[in-house]
Amino acid sequence: MSILINKNTKVITQGLGATGLFHANGAREYGTQMVGGVTPGKGGTTIDGFSVFDTVKDAVYKTGATASVIYVPPAFAADAIMEAVDAGIELVCCITEGIPVLDMVKVKQYMLGKGTRLVGPNCPGVITPGECKIGIMPGYIHKPGKIGVVSRSGTLTYEAVWQLTCVGLGQSTCVGIGGDPVNGTNHLDVLKMFEEDPGTEAVIMIGEIGGTSEEEGACFVKEHMTKPVAAYIAGVTAPPGKRMGHAGAIISGGKGTASEKVRVLEECGISVAASPAEMAQALLKIYKP
Amino acid sequence: MNIHEYQAKAILREFGVPVPDGHVCYNSAGAREWAKRLGEGPWVVKAQIHAGGRGKGGGVKLARTADEVRKIAREMLGMILRTHQTGPEGKLVTRVLVENGCNIAKELYVSLVVDRASSKVAVMASTEGGMDIEEVAARAPDKIFTEIIDPLVGLTPFQCRNIAFSLGLGGKLVNKAVVVLQGLYKTFIACDCSMLEINPLVITAEDNLLCLDAKFGFDDNAVFRHPKLSDMRDYDEEDPNEVEASQHELSYISLTGNIGCLVNGAGLAMATMDIVKHYGGDPANFLDVGGGATAERVTEAFKIILSDKNVKGIMVNIFGGIMKCDIIATGVIEAAKQVSLQVPLVVRLEGTNVDKGKLLLAESGLNIVAADGMADAAQKIVQAVKGAN
Repeated sequence: MSILINKNTKVITQGLGATGLFHANGAREYGTQMVGGVTPGKGGTTIDGFSVFDTVKDAVYKTGATASVIYVPPAFAADAIMEAVDAGIELVCCITEGIPVLDMVKVKQYMLGKGTRLVGPNCPGVITPGECKIGIMPGYIHKPGKIGVVSRSGTLTYEAVWQLTCVGLGQSTCVGIGGDPVNGTNHLDVLKMFEEDPGTEAVIMIGEIGGTSEEEGACFVKEHMTKPVAAYIAGVTAPPGKRMGHAGAIISGGKGTASEKVRVLEECGISVAASPAEMAQALLKIYKP
Repeated sequence: MNIHEYQAKAILREFGVPVPDGHVCYNSAGAREWAKRLGEGPWVVKAQIHAGGRGKGGGVKLARTADEVRKIAREMLGMILRTHQTGPEGKLVTRVLVENGCNIAKELYVSLVVDRASSKVAVMASTEGGMDIEEVAARAPDKIFTEIIDPLVGLTPFQCRNIAFSLGLGGKLVNKAVVVLQGLYKTFIACDCSMLEINPLVITAEDNLLCLDAKFGFDDNAVFRHPKLSDMRDYDEEDPNEVEASQHELSYISLTGNIGCLVNGAGLAMATMDIVKHYGGDPANFLDVGGGATAERVTEAFKIILSDKNVKGIMVNIFGGIMKCDIIATGVIEAAKQVSLQVPLVVRLEGTNVDKGKLLLAESGLNIVAADGMADAAQKIVQAVKGAN
């Protein structure tokens, strides 16, 4: 079992440029059902064996895709998300980094009351090891298993996954929710899904400075979660007022510091790793496979 | 990106938001001339640097005569202004804003931000104008009034009135507040702001509203669609290394420690700084080379790290996903040769083609310490830097 995606998920790529094509090929090699792509004006052609469509609606109609992955450049990515929502796509993973935040404010409003789940933007994507990979993560570091992973960061997630794989713990699903201040899915949403997923036994949650997504997730863990949760929060040494790479990783108005997050998480019974090298150990302290 | 106060006020003026009449001046004679053109006085002379707390540092002064404007401008121009935001090194004042003074009856606070919790723009206001809003939030959160704005409708007049009444405004001031608040929202959206703060917004003795100071934060992701705003960028106000890094598409923030960090990915870069600290070291910087780094970019990254004279050692931490470890290794070796590296270098590689990468480093003949895992790398670099001191 898994959350969001599995071996039956059919995926289309929005933005089959060099980057999109590279990762569409990678996902197909991993075994994902990559059923086509959307590039307006190139409909009816084929690139690297991928059928190309002019619109998402057309692609959905002809392929039965239920998921989409977006590599469209930042200036046009918000429109691409809304097009996927309008076409009734169930899961949209937006990999694109650098979307203006006010564009995302509009997208969020547009999505209200519609059935689409957006993951990202500015994220590595979602993977259910051995079944389906949507995004840019290296497939081979993962291993099928029972640990759920949710994170705001890309490479730091790979680090956590690799630590798990090295101690023999496979993953049910790994979700990168992205580093932007306004995004589609937060820690809380993913924790709820992991709690309901019979294939997930424990969770690693990775956060960083800025916002309150981690704290909201932690409250859910305390109130409702029956499965053990370990965590790591990046940015203990980050100075206030500076954007640390991710648009959302900023301590503003004295809020969103790592130490405050760690305090709240620990209060909620989460095992917080003291260093990023100890994420798997932090989980093993509270979870016996 | 940040801009100067005089630039912020020019933008507000363009959107019909009331600000005092004023002009930026680069020399004292010009300051005197502009004072006379602006009016009868008194005037306020304000040092233009990208930092708050200027008043306490002597960067804001009142002048009664045009000659006094010249005298104050002469003192301010060329001075190093130190405030709680500039750090002890302070900032050089190269321009001043001369503007008409006004009779302040009351000071208010207004700001707009992107509120992460609601994913919408929020307007916040307080009667505690002129104060540090963080202090107000901590001490008296009930004195801050907030309205969340529907992005499809915009800031409505009734929301503006809600705020005006909360602030205790009455009579004609209520409708004047509606004009100011809607003008601020229009500015915020048109300029792709991430933050817009008016502190203080004053009520004058004549019952007018006036923005006495303005601070903009722009969304870096949206700068591409505002060429006029990019022209306002003042590189002298920024860390030269951070400017250089951004030109090479590197994300770099300078810190005060002595261990340089070179990492791929923002989260891992922050985690690397943290683990250096965890083992008793002190990171000199945040540096994310990004997902698609080339050997050239790695070389540039090394140059930027080493231009910080405090750096006594470098830790490279790469988790190669899409990025292959052998490519990074080639870049590291190339860089170490080009800059004739004198400080200890610890490299931790993991991920795609890791064995090839490690082999390249081992065979390079350079003094590069290989590490297994983040913890090992952090311990080794902290040890090496301590040993050197």
